[in-house]
Amino acid sequence: MHVQIKSKKNLVAGLMFACVGAAFAIGATGYNVGSAARMGPGYFPLMIGVLLTLLGLVVVGGAIGVHADGDGDPIGRIAWKPLGLIIGANVLFGVLLAGVGSIGIPAMGLIVAVYALVIVSCMAGSGFRMKMALTLATVLAVGSYLTFVLGLNLQFQVWPTFITG
Amino acid sequence: MHDLINNLSLGFATAISLQNLMYAFIGCLLGTLIGVLPGIGPTATVAMLLPATYALPPVAALIMLAGIYYGSQYGGSTTAILVNLPGEASSVVTVIDGHQMAKQGRGGAALAAAGLGSFFAGCVGTLMLAAFAPPLTEIAFKFGPAEYFSLMVLGLIGAVVLASGSLIKAICMILLGLLLGLVGTDVNSGVARFSFDIPELTDGLSFIAVAMGVFGYGEIIANLARPDEEREVFTAKVSGLFPTGEDFKRMLPAVLRGTALGSALGILPGGGALLSAFAAYTIEKKTKLKPGEVPFGRGNIRGVAAPEAANNAGAQTSFIPMLTLGIPPNSVMALMVGAMTIHNIQPGPQVMTSNPELFWGLIASMWIGNLMLVILNLPLIGVWVKLLTIPYRWLFPAIVLFCAIGVYSTNNNVFDIWLVAIFGIVGYAFLKLGCEPAPLLLGLILGPMMEENLRRALLLSRGDWSVFGTRPISLGLLMAALLLLVIVLAPSIRSKREEAFVEEAG
Repeated sequence: MHVQIKSKKNLVAGLMFACVGAAFAIGATGYNVGSAARMGPGYFPLMIGVLLTLLGLVVVGGAIGVHADGDGDPIGRIAWKPLGLIIGANVLFGVLLAGVGSIGIPAMGLIVAVYALVIVSCMAGSGFRMKMALTLATVLAVGSYLTFVLGLNLQFQVWPTFITG
Repeated sequence: MHDLINNLSLGFATAISLQNLMYAFIGCLLGTLIGVLPGIGPTATVAMLLPATYALPPVAALIMLAGIYYGSQYGGSTTAILVNLPGEASSVVTVIDGHQMAKQGRGGAALAAAGLGSFFAGCVGTLMLAAFAPPLTEIAFKFGPAEYFSLMVLGLIGAVVLASGSLIKAICMILLGLLLGLVGTDVNSGVARFSFDIPELTDGLSFIAVAMGVFGYGEIIANLARPDEEREVFTAKVSGLFPTGEDFKRMLPAVLRGTALGSALGILPGGGALLSAFAAYTIEKKTKLKPGEVPFGRGNIRGVAAPEAANNAGAQTSFIPMLTLGIPPNSVMALMVGAMTIHNIQPGPQVMTSNPELFWGLIASMWIGNLMLVILNLPLIGVWVKLLTIPYRWLFPAIVLFCAIGVYSTNNNVFDIWLVAIFGIVGYAFLKLGCEPAPLLLGLILGPMMEENLRRALLLSRGDWSVFGTRPISLGLLMAALLLLVIVLAPSIRSKREEAFVEEAG
């Protein structure tokens, strides 16, 4: 009789809950906890953090069983490519839009940022074609300029700093 | 009764102004437009479009958001029927018979049944809201901090009990949400908690960034990970929009039953749009088939009309706890609470007296919005159908862009873009681990409120925890929460519940 994993998903989820709960609980002890009548800033987060840790451990316990049948409820392949490209496109958008002063990246403005985001995120789909990505980027760049900058009057830097000065 | 008419006329006077009508229209249109896109549910739609309403006056902003909400729900059913892809959990059951009808070339009739059923249910739901809000507000004024705390416990428990999936994981997601909601400056002591000396974090985590990351990016990534063949593309033609006389005769009682069920379940904490749609379908399935009627699962119009009516009625009445108590019963309402706070309106019972135009105007605009949806959708169905033929590879970069621009414009700060990136990764992890993200959002919004009420309740009782059990209303609310838990955990019901959700997913 072996102790087996009934659900890998629940095992990892439970560990995640327990770790995050514990982290918050430990962090909360750094603030004044106080008493029930006079709660300090640490009281409620400590309480909830401990509760989350305990429930996370219950989830872990439920995921491990003696009699395990079935496939162990695997988490499945992680889609690294879309994950990396979508998140990357988003981060790149932020970097280009406003620049990162501390490492000397100048702000490139909305239009450049839109092109970068669209091209990078297009790569996450199947059958990437540069022509299609550029067409879509152009449509969306013009569209966002018209709706967000002219229409809704949102404050964006539209062009790179070195052009507008 | 007299008051009701007075209040509603104030509401209509507000809602019918040209400006507000326009925003209701824009909201419905945008909501449907985005809701129609496969894989984007109402929560993601509302989160994505929320920044567009910042600049508006509060009444107009809420009217537009409400329009976005039911627009996206409506759009979701269109996608469910035509593409066999439920955009949101509550249209999962609509898919079963709706898509069969579409395959048989009766997609038009299915859409009309969904639309007319929803409209009728929306009208009834709005009236319920107008009738029940004032007395509930009266009760809410009697609530002290102990009652509020217990009510939030009940609301949160209700929300997870009615959700699908693992109960304990859902509770964990709530707790995680509560903790994330505590990030930022503590109002009582001024201490910046869990902010790691990052100035942007002292204002708390932006709920929009969290919602967009978890609901928007998380789902896009998961969608892209699926091979293309699994994303069924719509090819069939829609013709013959109007249901036949026979259809009408069959769907009328189904719509009535669905509406009654949805209105009742929507009020409950936990706002069961999903549960009411499912329950309505089950009831229809239990009723006897008339001679010559198509069996369920093969394109019975009742299987479309009843759940659609139920989920729209539920969507309408779920505004009741949000507007009267300030407690959101589902993740969309949580976003609405956030939107109200941005406009400096503290949600709660005082809204009805301090902002009557806003309160009644919003209610009246719901009815107008429902009417607009019918007018907008039935003739424009051709446009939505066109939209569905756009391949996903053209759509998702646009969605990613709207999220990024939307989240940036919230504070004009790139920090929110980094935040949405982090929560996009977190959201994908939740999906992979089978953790339902909606309870997290509820917890995030309720976290600070819960802490504040707990603190006040215990301050008043000098640290005596029994205050939650000795005050009758508080005790009743906690007992109700406990009862819900016991009911769900009872072995016989547990297996039924699992069976029910499995059947629904299949």
